[in-house]
Amino acid sequence: MSLIESIGNFGKYCIFMARVFSVPDRWRVFGKRTVAEVSKLGIDSIPLVIIISLFIGAVIAIQMQLNIASPLIPAYSVGLATRDIVLLEFSNSILCLILAGKVGSNIASEIGTMRVTEQIDALEIMGVNSANYLVLPKVVALVLFMPVLVILCMGTSILGGYLVALVTDLITVSRYVYGLQALFQEWYIWYGLIKSLFFAFIIASVASFFGYYVKGGALEVGSASTKGVVTSSILILLFDVLLTKLLLQ
Amino acid sequence: MIEVQNVTKSFDGRTVLHDITTTFETGKINLIIGQSGSGKTVLMKSLVGLIKPEKGRILFDGRDIITMGPKDIKNLRKEIGMLFQGSALFDSETVLGNVMFPLVMFTDMTPAEMKDRAMFCIERVNLTGAENKYPSEISGGMQKRAAIARAISLNPKYLFCDEPNSGLDPRTSILIDELLIDITHEYGMTTVINTHDMNSVLGIGENIVFIYKGHREWVGDMKKIFATESKALNDFVFATDLFQEVKEYILKHGFTAKGAARRGD
Repeated sequence: MSLIESIGNFGKYCIFMARVFSVPDRWRVFGKRTVAEVSKLGIDSIPLVIIISLFIGAVIAIQMQLNIASPLIPAYSVGLATRDIVLLEFSNSILCLILAGKVGSNIASEIGTMRVTEQIDALEIMGVNSANYLVLPKVVALVLFMPVLVILCMGTSILGGYLVALVTDLITVSRYVYGLQALFQEWYIWYGLIKSLFFAFIIASVASFFGYYVKGGALEVGSASTKGVVTSSILILLFDVLLTKLLLQ
Repeated sequence: MIEVQNVTKSFDGRTVLHDITTTFETGKINLIIGQSGSGKTVLMKSLVGLIKPEKGRILFDGRDIITMGPKDIKNLRKEIGMLFQGSALFDSETVLGNVMFPLVMFTDMTPAEMKDRAMFCIERVNLTGAENKYPSEISGGMQKRAAIARAISLNPKYLFCDEPNSGLDPRTSILIDELLIDITHEYGMTTVINTHDMNSVLGIGENIVFIYKGHREWVGDMKKIFATESKALNDFVFATDLFQEVKEYILKHGFTAKGAARRGD
């Protein structure tokens, strides 16, 4: 993708966002659609979040124990390091990268299919602002529900590490729990939640943008879905760096 | 009435519509016909405001859609119903949900009133019993009828249909044509149909506009089409031996098609 094309796409994205963030035609319809999107994009992602978080939390705890086993490092460091990795990076950035794949492809393919089957043209001809009607509930739903997923991910990942301590002899439960409490900084939780809001917005808006401007047929819908996931993943990583610099320094 | 005045549209330096001027009359079935790539879809999209021509005017009872502001376009669109080639029903809604959609978005009716109106439209297109089915659960012909029901739910003044018979068997095509002509006369709508289905052209074409290579080549009705001297129109409409024979028969014995009786000609 050339620089000029990227700048052009950014301009198009800004115009698209201006249409998305206009006043809904019917607030009641907007409310109903937002609740439906919370269910589809958020609640339906809970099983995936639990499975991934539980296993990654366990793996982090095992890796920490195996790699920092030294008489110079206190044993409770496993709990402390697991907690900080989960709070600072895994529960927000990595989780959002995973959700960019699941939720982003879902959004881009749904809107893309509506475009190629003329459902978006039908909305426009009826006088409905299709960008606002289709995309705003998705953006609002994901931004509202992402903190719930992040908190769930934090808890489940730490539980994964706890289970490692409980069922293996790598580390004792008491040392793991002591490590979880040691040098705790509440700001890390807020930092993770703030980052997740930005990432949720990126996932929903970028995937919608690529789906909305699809031209062609099924092949192009698939291609748009891939572009949506790749672009939102890159933007999540970029914003991760920027937000870390802004929020932690 | 919709008046098209000197409409010109180009894409990437290639002119697709050349100075098109024509009129689509109220209470009549107006057909836009032409070969694939002739520009009829661009003309249809220009009429409904999805494409903006570089030059010309498109007047909906005197209101120019090209120069209108967004608010006026939005209001005008509430008077427009459209039937798409692929029906364009919302997959996530039932037939009833699809037909109720314009009512939910643009009226202050109570849910009971909306349901009554939607059921009336569903009955009007003979889809009673299918109201709780999803578009994927009904046939192509039923989808077209559901799309017609959605298009007429707000009592539109203008109805646009893009290839309404595309992908349908001849019998179902005739049913859709009959439904379109009936509701056009019943509600006094200005109906514009983009088609290259010859059965429709010869059966329901009360005002036919033939587009050839982006130009308005011919205007007339289904009776006049048999006597046309336009070679391009002859080659397009009477392309098969069967239609040539039909033409010769009509010219010899006069126009007594069943469709004419249906219209009360």
